[in-house]
Amino acid sequence: MSGTRRVISVLVENESSVLARVSGLFAARGYNIETLTVAPLPDTNRSRITIVTKGSERILEQISKQLHKLIPIYKVVEHEEMVEKEMVLVKLPIEESLADIQALCSAYNGGIANVGMDIIIGMVADEPRRVKHFLEAIKRYNPIEIVRGGVVAIER
Amino acid sequence: MKMNGARMVCEALIAEGVKTVFGYPGGAIMNVYDEIYKQDGFEHILNRHEQASVHAADGYARATGKVGVAMVTSGPGFTNAVTGLATAYMDSIPMVIISGQVPLALIGTDGFQEIDAIGISRQCTKHNFLVRELSELPRIMKEAFHIARTGRPGPVLVDVPKDITAEIGDFIYPDSVNIPSYKPTVKGNKRQIEKAIDAILKAKKPLLYIGGGVVLSNASDLVRKLADMGQIPAVETLMARGVMGASNPLLQGMLGMHGNYGSNMAMSETDLVISLGARFDDRVTGKLSEFAKYADVIHVDIDAANIGKLVDVDYPIVGDVTHVVEKMIEGLEGKINPDKYTDWREVLERYDNLHPQSFTDSDTVIKPQWVIERIGELLGEQAIITSDVGQHQMWAAQHYPFDRPRQWINSGGLGTMGFGFPAALGAKRGCPDKTVINITGDGSILMNVQELVTASEYKIPVINVILNNHFLGMVRQWQTFFYEARYAETDLSYQPNFKALAESCGGIGYDVTTKEEFDSALKDAIKKDKVAFINVAVNRFENVLPMVPAGGALYNMILDDQQKEK
Ligand SMILES: Cc1ncc(C[n+]2csc(CCOP(=O)(O)OP(=O)(O)O)c2C)c(N)n1
Repeated sequence: MSGTRRVISVLVENESSVLARVSGLFAARGYNIETLTVAPLPDTNRSRITIVTKGSERILEQISKQLHKLIPIYKVVEHEEMVEKEMVLVKLPIEESLADIQALCSAYNGGIANVGMDIIIGMVADEPRRVKHFLEAIKRYNPIEIVRGGVVAIER
Repeated sequence: MKMNGARMVCEALIAEGVKTVFGYPGGAIMNVYDEIYKQDGFEHILNRHEQASVHAADGYARATGKVGVAMVTSGPGFTNAVTGLATAYMDSIPMVIISGQVPLALIGTDGFQEIDAIGISRQCTKHNFLVRELSELPRIMKEAFHIARTGRPGPVLVDVPKDITAEIGDFIYPDSVNIPSYKPTVKGNKRQIEKAIDAILKAKKPLLYIGGGVVLSNASDLVRKLADMGQIPAVETLMARGVMGASNPLLQGMLGMHGNYGSNMAMSETDLVISLGARFDDRVTGKLSEFAKYADVIHVDIDAANIGKLVDVDYPIVGDVTHVVEKMIEGLEGKINPDKYTDWREVLERYDNLHPQSFTDSDTVIKPQWVIERIGELLGEQAIITSDVGQHQMWAAQHYPFDRPRQWINSGGLGTMGFGFPAALGAKRGCPDKTVINITGDGSILMNVQELVTASEYKIPVINVILNNHFLGMVRQWQTFFYEARYAETDLSYQPNFKALAESCGGIGYDVTTKEEFDSALKDAIKKDKVAFINVAVNRFENVLPMVPAGGALYNMILDDQQKEK
């Protein structure tokens, strides 16, 4: 899908169906979701949902306006200057070089999360653009499984 | 005061000033019905189908401007109500619908008559609530009414599990609402309004584009005043018929797919669209890139998401039309020169004279347009007109002399066949002094025909005028125009005996084949004060004209049948 990439943060009331309202809106109106993360904010009854989406300017504007219309939504933040991070976990065969993997992960703000009998689990947390590079680089170590956490973002 | 949840529902309705509830009982909502039985704060009308209950509440809301209320049970009761919710949602009608739900402990177990009402209705309600604790019930009811009628209005569903309605607790109905995440913008931005005023003063060919939001906001008098002070021509959408008044010389008519030539040409040539509570629906705009091609656009809407959704807007103003137009009038007072647009009005008059909204009457067969005009002559401002969906709806919108807002009630956004009759019941209950006529087709009327029984039982004397062309006429018209006359499944030659059908349910029926018979049937039906079917045999192959083919430019209209045949 073409269009501008946009990170939208949504501050919502913690109620059981709020995530369904948000994702349902995207599905019903045919908007694109690249990643979506959600977690409660400490010491409040609110949560923050971070959505990475893509679309034309008109669509992006609609997304934010339509989100704003949902009753349990307090705020839709579309800051230009967001600090973005995404976490990734990778499972690799034990035969691969632990030192190399360690070095690679730490180059992307991470390290070895776990080493088991026959697997290594690496972790990185970095800007989405750099995460993409990491995912390329890790290929040569024959990853068994990759789990991406989705983007979280905060205004500068 | 201590009471059960069911009683709380009733007390909340009474506190909200509800006088009429339309509904249908069943297992999950029975506790509430038991309390309805015991109270006399409001009446309950038992429709014969939940869809009709919701449409009736909707018609009540459209006619009165108050929040309409309907009540249904869980599962099939709720799913039957969905078309009603969607209809109201598309037209922004304030309603509160209460649905029963299986007990909390059964939710998620595929219990008997369990369906995820919240999930299903999410995209066709303004908001919905599942009551999870009795203590939340009063607040939720209060918020439901508040959300339904404020901002851009819409239907709100409250889903109440059966154990909640049985549980006993304290009832304190809140007197105010505090929803920090819901603060609709009512007042338009002052600077934006000033800019819009400047644009109006600079325009040479301004045009008021009036939508249903003006009706919802009760802003018709203000809009008339605005038009009048500047002598600015106006066009209305299907949802706004009656705002300007049929005899108003500034009204060009209705625009869009079945708008009149003058209105569509006005939109095609204006240099400033002043859009008030309209949303640039595709049935209005036709081909977007050709729509109001030479114009800047002022767009006033209470829903920010409507602004810039389809067309680029030069002067966006988020706010209630009432407030914004008030400010516009203040700003234009003494500055606007009504003579400035004389040339523009003359141009439009010429267009209108070139192809006026008209039809060729006949001596041998009743023309459907004649029926509408005749009802207009006989009843005029006195009547509320509801309609179903199809050709009859368009003819009613084109030919009835609507003089005031809320006089014309139809399903514009969703286009729901079966809406007209139950909506008429609601309108009549809300406005008992008016004559309520449902203009319908031989297809649509059968989609809620069971309401004959409701109307008879509760003595709600609405008159259904069936423009009977023995066709699903509007679909047939498209087949004639665009499918080389292959009439796939649109022939309705096989029909009930409408007169006998009405009479079997306690109403009165008339079969009409001449103009004289129509006059006497209508007069008799009004006198008899019973629910009525007037079955009018009309010209079978009559087409709704003019017409802008879907996706075409507004200025490219099919004006008459000959032109189509060429
Ligand atoms: C519930 C529903 N089903 C189908 C349609 C599609 N539809 C639009 S107009 C129409 C024909 C309506 O026929 P009738 O009520 O006889 O009115 P006429 O057009 O003949 O005046 C149909 C089937 C609809 N609008 N609503």
